[in-house]
Parts: sequence; C-alpha cells; structure tokens
Amino acid sequence: MASGPVGGDNIASVRGKTTAMTRDETMRSAGDESVAKAHGDIVLSAQRISKSFSGVQVLFSVDFDLRRGEIHALMGENGAGKSTLVKILSGFEQPTSGEIYLDGKSVKLPPNGAAEALGIVVIHQEFNLAEHLTVTESLFLGREVAHFGLLDRKHMRRETRRVLDMLGSRISETAVISSLTVADKQMVEIAKAISRDARIVFMDEPTAVLSREETDALFKQVRKLRDLGTSFVFVSHKLDEVTELSDRVTVLRDGQWVKTAPTSMLDGESIAQLMVGRELSSLYPQKSEPNVDEARVLSVVGLNTAHVRDAHFDLRKGEILGFSGMIGSGRTELMEAIAGLYPRISGEVRIGDQLMPSGDIHATTSAGLAYMTKDRKSKGLLLGSDMTSNLTLQSLDQHGRWGYLSPASERTALARARRRFDIRVRDAGVVAGRMSGGNQQKLLLAKVMEITPKILIIDEPTRGIDVGTKQQIYHFIAALAREGCSVIMVSSEMPEVIGLCSRVVVMRAGRIVGVLEGDEINEQKIMRYSAGLKQKAVA
Amino acid sequence: MGANVTTQDDQAEPKRRWQDVDLRAVAPFVALALLLLLGALVNPNFISINNLANVATRSAFIALIAVGATFVISSGDLDLSVGSMVAFVASLMILFMNSGAIADPGMMIAAAIVLALVVGALCGLANGLITTVGKIEPFIATLGTMGIYRGLTTWLSQGGAITLQSAEQQDLYRPAYFGVVLGVPVPIVVVLAVTSVAAFVLYRMRYGRHVVAVGSNPNVARYSGINVDRVRTTAFVIQGVCVAIAVMLYVPRLGSTSATTGILWELQAITAVVIGGTALKGGASRAWGTICGAFILELVGNIMLLSNFISEYLIGAIQGAIIIIAMLVQRSLVRKS
Repeated sequence: MASGPVGGDNIASVRGKTTAMTRDETMRSAGDESVAKAHGDIVLSAQRISKSFSGVQVLFSVDFDLRRGEIHALMGENGAGKSTLVKILSGFEQPTSGEIYLDGKSVKLPPNGAAEALGIVVIHQEFNLAEHLTVTESLFLGREVAHFGLLDRKHMRRETRRVLDMLGSRISETAVISSLTVADKQMVEIAKAISRDARIVFMDEPTAVLSREETDALFKQVRKLRDLGTSFVFVSHKLDEVTELSDRVTVLRDGQWVKTAPTSMLDGESIAQLMVGRELSSLYPQKSEPNVDEARVLSVVGLNTAHVRDAHFDLRKGEILGFSGMIGSGRTELMEAIAGLYPRISGEVRIGDQLMPSGDIHATTSAGLAYMTKDRKSKGLLLGSDMTSNLTLQSLDQHGRWGYLSPASERTALARARRRFDIRVRDAGVVAGRMSGGNQQKLLLAKVMEITPKILIIDEPTRGIDVGTKQQIYHFIAALAREGCSVIMVSSEMPEVIGLCSRVVVMRAGRIVGVLEGDEINEQKIMRYSAGLKQKAVA
Repeated sequence: MGANVTTQDDQAEPKRRWQDVDLRAVAPFVALALLLLLGALVNPNFISINNLANVATRSAFIALIAVGATFVISSGDLDLSVGSMVAFVASLMILFMNSGAIADPGMMIAAAIVLALVVGALCGLANGLITTVGKIEPFIATLGTMGIYRGLTTWLSQGGAITLQSAEQQDLYRPAYFGVVLGVPVPIVVVLAVTSVAAFVLYRMRYGRHVVAVGSNPNVARYSGINVDRVRTTAFVIQGVCVAIAVMLYVPRLGSTSATTGILWELQAITAVVIGGTALKGGASRAWGTICGAFILELVGNIMLLSNFISEYLIGAIQGAIIIIAMLVQRSLVRKS
C-alpha cells in the first residue's frame, strides 16, 4: 500500500472481486435451508457495507444479518474489520456505502450511541461506567425517574434489583461501581442494556477479563435473554466460547465477508481456518525438555505485599514457567512486586546472586529483568504516540549519549522490530491507538524486548488478540527460551499455559497453592488448585 | 518470529502527503499569517519591520515564561505561580544589586543574574516538590505558591516599588533589553535562543520524550521505568529558570519592580501555550507554537491599538476569547493518521 493511492485501489478492486465470488458460492451452499425458515425474523441486517478511513478501505461490501433471539458470533483476526462493522451496525460510524435495515426498513442509525433509543446497545470492551456512581445510579443514568424534579430513589432501586435478580446477580443495587470486580462491572453493563429494553446487544470481547465461572454465569444469562427474544452479536477470540454459545457464526477476513453458517456446522478448528485462511498446523511449538541442572536465574523467598502472601519460587535458565489462577489471585501483584513496580512488605528477590532492592524498577531492569504488562492500553503503550516513541521509550539510553536521541538509530530499531515481530501497519507514522490489538501487542512485546532481557515476565501475552498473532507470540516465546532467556508467563488461558510451559505455578487468593510439572500439567489439576479444592505444601 | 508468515503489507515508508501534516501543529502559524494580513489591512504602518520588531520585543517576557510553561503543561501539570514568581525574583535581584555587596558594577550584574537563576530554579523546585512529593494537585499547589511569592514581594517592597538605585549599573545593564545584535533586538535573540534549546530538548533529547510520555500517560511512563516524579519536578525547575531569564530582561527595561509586577502573566503564558498547539491535558508539546502564541497575543493588542474600531481597554476580553477559540480549534483538529 506504500506506492500511494493507485496501488491501494488495485488491491482493493482485486479483493472486491474475490469477495463477490466467495459470497455467491457460499450463499448457494449454506443459505437455502435457513433462508426460508428465518427470513421474516431478521431484526437487523446490513447489505454491501463498505467503509474507508482516510482513503484506506477496511470493509469491502460486507453482508450481515441478525435474527430475533439469536446469538450471532462475529469472528476474525485483528484488523479483519469486526470492530468497524460493530461500530457501523450500532451507529457509531457511518458506512461509506451500503444499506442498513432495521426490522426490514432501511435506516440511517443515529450517531454517538443515540441508537440506544432504537434498542441497539453496545457493551464496550472498556466499560463506560462512572466509577463514583452506585449501581442504581448507573442503570438510570440519563433517564432518572423523577416526580416534579425529585428523584424517586426507591422506585429506581427496586427496578434495579428486579433486573439484577433476573440476571441472577447478587450485586447490591447500592454498591458503588469502583468497589465492584471487573466481572460485576460487566454484569452492570449488561443490566444497563436490559433495563433500557435493548433488543440488539453487541458484546465486544465480554469475557476477556472474566474467569471461567464468571463466563459461565454470563453465558447463562445471555442464553436466558436470547430465549426471551433479545438478539446478541458476540465478538470474541475464544473459539471454544464461540462454539459453546453462539447459534450462528460470521467470519470476516481482511475486511471481507468469508462465511456465515450455523455454529453446529462448524468446529473450532474450521472457524480458525476460515479466519486465518491457512492451516493452523501447530498453534503451540514443540516443548523442549526442561534441564533441571540449569542455573537459577531468579529466586523469590517469602515475598509479601498487600495482595500476596509468602511467595516462594525459583526460575531456571531457559525455562518457561507458567503462572495460573483466577483473576485476582495475586499473580500480577506478585510479578509487579518482583519487577520493582511496587514495593514489597517483606521477602527477598534475587536475580542471579544479586539481591534486588524493594520497589526499584531501575535495579531489576539493569539486572536484565523485563516485565510486560497485561494492560497494554493503560500501562503499556502511549496510544497517542507513534510506534517509534513507544518502541524506544524504555530503552532511550541506547539511542544516543548525554541524553541526545539519534533519529537514525531509532529508525533502525523500528525497522528491525517491525521485521522481527511482524508488525503490520499501512503507515509507519500511525499512532499506537489506531493499530489493531494484535499489532499493539506485538509492539508492546517489541518495546519490552528492546532492553534485551535475560528474564522476561509476560502477563497475559495473548489477551484480546487473534489466533494468528497468538501463534506467532507462542513461537517467539519458545524460541526465546531456547536461546537461554527465562520466561515467566502469567495467563488465564489454560490451553496456552499447558501448551507452552514446562512448569506451572498455581496461585489462589494471594498464595502459591501448587506447582505442577511434566505430565501433571493438565486442565483438571490446574483447576482443582486454583479453585481451592486441593492444596499442597510448597517448599 | 513468524518465519512462516508472509507479510502482506509493504513495509517501505510511504511518501508524506499533505493529509499527513498534523493540522494542530500548523494551525497557530496559519492564524499568525491571517492576523498579519488583517493588520496590514487595518493600518499600513502595521506591517513595517519596525512595528513588528517592537511587538516581538514586547512579547518576549510572556514568550520566555510560556516556553517554560510548555514543559510543565506537556508533562501534565500547570503552574499558576509564574506571574508572582517574576515579581519575587525581580525584587530579590534588584535588592541584591542595591545592597552594594560587590563593588564592580559588571560583576554585580553577573552575580545578580546568577542569583536570579538560582532563585527561579528554587521557586520552581518548590512548586515541583509540593506537587510530586506532597501529592497536591498542581493547580492548588501553585495557587498556594502564587500567593506566597506575591505576598513576599509585597512585603519586600513594603507595598511600594523596588527601584534600581545605581545609575552606573542601570547604564551598564540597559543594553540587555534595549540593545541590538546584528540589527535584531536582544530580547528577540534571547527568545529565539531559549526556544531553540527548548525545542531541542523536547524533540531530540531523552528528557523531552520522558516529558511527553509522563504527560500522555503517567502509568505507561512508570511501567517503562521512567521516574515520573523526577520528570515532573524537573519541568517545574525549567519553568523557574525560564521565569528568571524573563526577569533578566525585565529588570533593565524599567529598573524597577512592584507588588503588581507580572499580574495575570500566568494566564497569558498558558494562553500562549494553548494557542501554540500544546495539549492542555499533556502529551503534545510545541515549543515553536508557543512562541507563535505569545506573538499572536501581543499582535492582537497591537492591531487593536492601531485600529480605531475596538477600544484597547477590551484587550483582556479579546485575549480571553482567544484562549477559548484556540481550545475549540484544537479539539476540532483531531490528528488524522
């Protein structure tokens, strides 16, 4: 796309042709039996939607329809156009061309969330809740019930309780939002959608921050609402969840519609293939046998913080050590204390033989330890800055002397990082906030790797990114370990912990409750420890 | 990594097109050009080199202070005390020069300048430490020191004026404001020099990158191993030094200072920074834009003086309107990329 507008147009037109062909074929094969049955039930449909941002086309004549009372999963790699399509279908963006039909009538959806009045609600990945309000105030925000200007608090509380009960949630209607867990906030968002009589709910990665049980609870409610006639569009990267929850699946790839089919006709493997357009032969790289004779590079003894109790563990050279457990089990807090981002109350952290001072990130960085945060948007990247400033932020010393920065040196670093981490952007000057999740994650990884760490702590390495990028990151981590770097991987996705790690530490309520090795590493074992069903003394 | 993945997008650098230009960065200069045009229409004398050089010289104080404010604002803070700080530093400087501690007038002026720089830096340091170590909102912290510096000045001057007494010193020091270097008035030279240094620090040095990082997201900065408090405090110290440099030009101009010196200069400095395109919520810094902003402020006053349409007593109202318009323009020109 670098050759200017002419080149872009060419690629676009070629892509357009392929789309048209694929659509016709699939329509014939999959469409017939379902069209007759459900045609009248379509509540929202989009036809031939295209969208360009400043000359760059991101959606190519995409079709999409949503039936009454169905859960429709929208799948695709990062940058496939899912978010853009969701924004268009909810009025936050207007399509460049194409039609949207609501209840069979052509409509132009009002912008900035005003489509809520039509019963179209989006639950965003980042919550739109005011932290200081109570649950009731949040639910009734902007449509408070009042008589002669006086708020009818009692009525609003009762109504909130009713909705929460319907959802089977035990959140107090008077709780302040900031005191709620992430899962409960998600629940409040859903309650808010329901209390506004939403007929069409878009959920963008609703489970990214939820534990397994919380996810199950959420799915139960979603199914219940579906049976009452609410339609859901569910955007997720988790294939197992999509196959479990959805009724139909639509797959997008590179801004084009690839397939819409009943979920029962697909399995996780085939969806992944449709998304990527190639075989995902080996999501996880070959595990290498851990060498127990390797030197200890990191040892943690009796570490205590406000959230972590008495943590002990060692890390060997070239090892990939997994940290499993529920959200809130203290894994991130432990890692941030080790990295020196927060002070510890007591305990020792040694890198090699060197004792690390408490809460001193400079000491750990110069000792060769790098911590990659799971919060790439609020703690990892400057969303308003370009790739270069983000890449070199942690390692500016390498790019000049006496505080001077050499632009040439930084350019070289960026070119190298883009090659090494396969960061794909159309314009090298793009700000990080406009990159896709997968590219952001690669950029964050590249930034952390700029300090050439000997120990890499990577917190939720694949949160909210697509399968293809996941595979790349797994292979990168494995290659890093083979080169002698030691990796700690904190993850809530059990398959990746099982697929990559040679040893797994399980945490629960701030404590290390189990260490698994070799064949012991399986989902049941990890689950039993993290759920508190089993606990063994840890040396 | 990703040896088996082919990269679809060409990685070559695309050519810069005019759409790529950051509108927020050029907006102040466009505004300046429009003002010059307007001025020329109002009064043909306006566009003369003499008049423009005069305006630029008069804008020097605000420009210098605003360069410092660019650092503070870019790092996400705000300093309301700069106007009082000017009065305080100037008072101490003149009192020191009047004390006769050093006989030689040249040495005395040099020592007084060093004193001003040290006092300015210390005032900035105080603001920085109260904000970072004391963890007090910069708005409140500097509102407090604004009162303190102003009060100390009033006390030092006993409510009146502090005037430079030695005629010898005055004669020797006068060229620092009224002098000319290669045909350019000294204040303009100083402003250009200080801004060049500031722009270099902001765009080409590690510290500048840290300032922008802290201003756009202190969490990201902290997780990247940046000492956020040190960066913020340093920005306040730079602000103090910039105030001292402005005082160095202010003292030879009038040879006198009073309790009312520098009143409302903080507002003008902040206005200049905002007109210049620096984001008030931190994260984007434009040193040259700031200078342009200071010049625009003075230019508006000049046009009002030269024209007969609007009373010059309305200048405060006009400047107030400008800051609001600048914010609205900044908001509408969201960077496209």
